[in-house]
Amino acid sequence: MVSAVDVAPAAGEARSPVDDRLAAAVEQAIRDVPDPEIPVLTLDDLGIVREVRVDADSGTVDVTLTPTYSGCPATEVIAGDVARAITRHGLRPRVVTRLAPPWTTDWMSERGRIRLREFGIAPPAPGVATRGSRVQGLSLSVRQVACPRCGSESTEQIARFGSTPCKALRRCLDCREPFDEFKPL
Amino acid sequence: MNRLETTTSTNEPTPPAQAGVAVDTSLPTGDALTARYLLQLADDALIYAQRLGEWVANAPQIEEDMALANVSLDLLGQARVLLTRAGELDGTGRTEDDLAYFRDEREFRNVHLVEQPLGDFADEMARMLVFAAYQAQLYAALVDSAEPTLAGVAAKAVKEVDYHRDHATQWVLRLGDGTSESHERMQAALTRVMPYVAELFADDPVSVAAADSGVGVLPSSLQEAAWRHVEATVEGATLTMPDEPRHRTRGGRDGIHSRPMGYLLAEMQHVARSHPGATW
Repeated sequence: MVSAVDVAPAAGEARSPVDDRLAAAVEQAIRDVPDPEIPVLTLDDLGIVREVRVDADSGTVDVTLTPTYSGCPATEVIAGDVARAITRHGLRPRVVTRLAPPWTTDWMSERGRIRLREFGIAPPAPGVATRGSRVQGLSLSVRQVACPRCGSESTEQIARFGSTPCKALRRCLDCREPFDEFKPL
Repeated sequence: MNRLETTTSTNEPTPPAQAGVAVDTSLPTGDALTARYLLQLADDALIYAQRLGEWVANAPQIEEDMALANVSLDLLGQARVLLTRAGELDGTGRTEDDLAYFRDEREFRNVHLVEQPLGDFADEMARMLVFAAYQAQLYAALVDSAEPTLAGVAAKAVKEVDYHRDHATQWVLRLGDGTSESHERMQAALTRVMPYVAELFADDPVSVAAADSGVGVLPSSLQEAAWRHVEATVEGATLTMPDEPRHRTRGGRDGIHSRPMGYLLAEMQHVARSHPGATW
């Protein structure tokens, strides 16, 4: 399913036709847009860019994004940032959001997971997408999560919801540091 | 389970309208029916999101401010997509904002459970346990909806609601199996939430028609699995299931609401109505 998201119209005239180099550059710029909440991650790291289509004749760039959480306030900021990355290249943006299939932390890149850990956030465990739409049991909060600072697996949960919907708050029982965990979804 | 079954085994008749107030109970068809069904789901999510937002800066600890706000945000996200789609399908061209801010009380289709004012923290965990147990089964069933937007929302929401249900479950376990004070208050909260449960699983005409057309699901079909979770949690928390409630709410799906709803809407809608068309 696809629903349109309002974005600011391109400033000035669109440049056309678009050569391959410009098309590649604008796609890279879109994928390199940082996440507004966790700026060490790019949209590509998050895995929320589903499709980029550059129409060489009209100079229109269609971008399909899949939001991380239903109510994530960053979604609209991201759509705006993507539109600006496109207009900076003199092209016309059209950003749509697609809900299905739903985003999962399994789409996060390996580089993204490493960057998260370096940033002090425990990355989500892989392999959760397979659980699909089955309703889960009661064991969501007893995950084993390694401390991103010292690597110890002896950690405990402090709060199930952190500063953003995607994070939980934990504490390492060895190095005693509190840290964020990116929840598997 | 038996207790609940007896309360919802038949369709509740529509309560009589108050003198002089016409209530629209006619059943739409086609896209308009789908829109009405989406509106019911959206209003449950929207109104509960509004109530949960009231906990911010009032919860027992700052982690709970964040947790309840995050649950609220998930529900608001579901409501926004559902309202947008309802406005597209009902032929009126209304936006999500039109539907959230410019409908009157009688046009809201949410159940009474979600509009009730805040009680103590145990009351909220009892409400969240019941509502999330319901929503978990609801969205799991709706991933196969014939309405693609609804299927998309459901596939996304079912994973989020898992966390809501888990949150309420862990608190009910902790409070029930905690001190004698917390045990008593959690038990009292369960008793207070019971009158609102049956309405959630009652087969209203819109849901029945939506289920017939493959868009929706019968609320009564969600009851057994949802209640199994609630009962297991209550038992694990050393609490007991309350007796059958002496009264049960009804009428929310027909736009008949309780007194607190008007105050909730006044707070939610007054800025949009005072400054129509205002933008940031």
